[in-house]
Amino acid sequence: MSGETRVKKPRGLSWIRRDWRLYVMLILPVAFYLIFCYKPMLGLMIAFQKFNMFKGMWGSKFIGLENFRFVMNMPDFPVALRNTLFLNLMGLIAGFPVPIVLAIMLNELHSVPFKKVSQTLLYLPHFLSWIIIGGMVLQIFSPSTGIINATLLKWGWIDKGIPFLTDGPHWQFTYTLVGVWQSMGWGTILYLSAITGINMELFEAAKIDGANKMQQIWHVTLPGIRPTIVVLLILNVGQMMNISFDRPYVLGNPMVQNYCDVLSTFVYRAGITNSQFARATAIGLFQSVVGMILITGANLITRKLGEEGIW
Amino acid sequence: MTAISPKKDKLIESKPKVWTLPQVILMLVILLFSLTCLLPFVNVAAVSFSSKSAILRGDVSFWPVEFETTAYSAIFSDPSMIHSLVFTVEITVGYTLFSMILTILMAYPLTKKRLHGRKFFNFLALFTMYFSGGTIPIYLNIKELGLLDSPWALILPGMLSTYNMIILKSFFSALPNELEEAAIIDGATDFQVLLRVYLPLSMASLATLTLFYAVGKWNSFQDALYYISTKAFQPLQLKLYHIIKGSQAVDVAAMEGGASTVATSVSESIEPATIIFATLPILVVYPFVQRYFVAGVTIGAVKG
Repeated sequence: MSGETRVKKPRGLSWIRRDWRLYVMLILPVAFYLIFCYKPMLGLMIAFQKFNMFKGMWGSKFIGLENFRFVMNMPDFPVALRNTLFLNLMGLIAGFPVPIVLAIMLNELHSVPFKKVSQTLLYLPHFLSWIIIGGMVLQIFSPSTGIINATLLKWGWIDKGIPFLTDGPHWQFTYTLVGVWQSMGWGTILYLSAITGINMELFEAAKIDGANKMQQIWHVTLPGIRPTIVVLLILNVGQMMNISFDRPYVLGNPMVQNYCDVLSTFVYRAGITNSQFARATAIGLFQSVVGMILITGANLITRKLGEEGIW
Repeated sequence: MTAISPKKDKLIESKPKVWTLPQVILMLVILLFSLTCLLPFVNVAAVSFSSKSAILRGDVSFWPVEFETTAYSAIFSDPSMIHSLVFTVEITVGYTLFSMILTILMAYPLTKKRLHGRKFFNFLALFTMYFSGGTIPIYLNIKELGLLDSPWALILPGMLSTYNMIILKSFFSALPNELEEAAIIDGATDFQVLLRVYLPLSMASLATLTLFYAVGKWNSFQDALYYISTKAFQPLQLKLYHIIKGSQAVDVAAMEGGASTVATSVSESIEPATIIFATLPILVVYPFVQRYFVAGVTIGAVKG
């Protein structure tokens, strides 16, 4: 019965009669997108307003770029901006190559059970919240009772605990190290699947030409995963301005305030703790816009260099 | 045929040897990396079972020293801790349920090529992956909706992950169209096709997404920090955060000199015990679900 109406080419509005149930399905998710994703986008308007909670975003006065000007002149802003860029850059330099190297090593393993078990362990940190990781970091790097300092003290390598989390540069190092540790295993997944996609005949040909393992990796594996590397690099550069909230917030402490205050924690403090909504929104918008410029720029440059970009 | 093919394989390629020198070196290097992921847990667990004096002496490495379980009995006898655990489980279950319903309801219609406006709905979803209102407008939105300091603030705002929706969509698209056609000829409506044909056939992928959502919610902390101020609505992660920050304040005070009397007054094993307590559920399910997650990531990357 309904099968027959389906065979006929829909004329006029008969597609509504045919598919109305599909539209009914879409009601809830679309309502979700409108209420929780698109409505806040409208809220970005307040970045250009002298926002008044009681007048709301439709009644508040438009003041152009005044909020942006104010924020740029806040003493905390350049510090947070510098820290965001620095920590992200360190994370990229230290963290980007590690999954590539790990993936290549895992791929060369002959023992399947060993590979399985090590992958299980390596993916584990990805499943833990930054609170858990932060708690473990505080435990392990603690100045006197943490296992690292306690062991080094016991062996007599150091006289007093290394201030991993309480001295600025040390904190930056610890922050970067923990980030690399957390993401290195999970990061291998995409590279591993890219390696599986390489044509086996290329390896055979290289072997016949007398290439050893290292040469095979250099001349076959690496070029084979180059598109993946490029795409992930572009995405990473595009994220330079964005920094997660949990990691710096949990690992940070008042002693390294000038090193751990980043844009996300700054926005939280200014916006939610101190209720400077419009100014905090201006920072967020500034971040998004610069992020867009960065990712477009990175994409443009890679395409100029003859690689395939992300769009 | 089956009898011949293994022999043939052997002729072409002998089974790679495991115990050659380069392989052993490689295994050692990877073992080192893997251990860095395991040993922190072992250490934290060992500390959580050790006595306060042993911890303060810095004696504990990977095995409990002067074994005791006081920290755990303290946690389990703390009603607010148990309450927080139960609350977190409730939130996680509720959130995951809503999320799955919305994800299915969005993904299924979008796989139907005949749907008018499919491109528009697709764009509506995808655009949110690249652009969002940002922290403060989202916060103000929650506030305007009157959800501030309500458990719903932990459930509703992040209910639908576009990323997960794309994964499910690609699973649905992979099912043959003939299934739907046959069911429709039998008189089934779209709802019935979804419920009786599509969902039973995609149990594995539904399980994957359920776990994606559940782990994400279990670990989430930011939303609770932003939107919740009532103690009774604090999920476990936020509670853990306060415990950690409390003991860190002691560490900082100790670094600044003196104040070691404060340090001794805090039970040193509570923090690690809480960490283990909050991680245990993840650790228990993790080995079973890990491979689903990996499959999900590759699909998400290819299709997204």
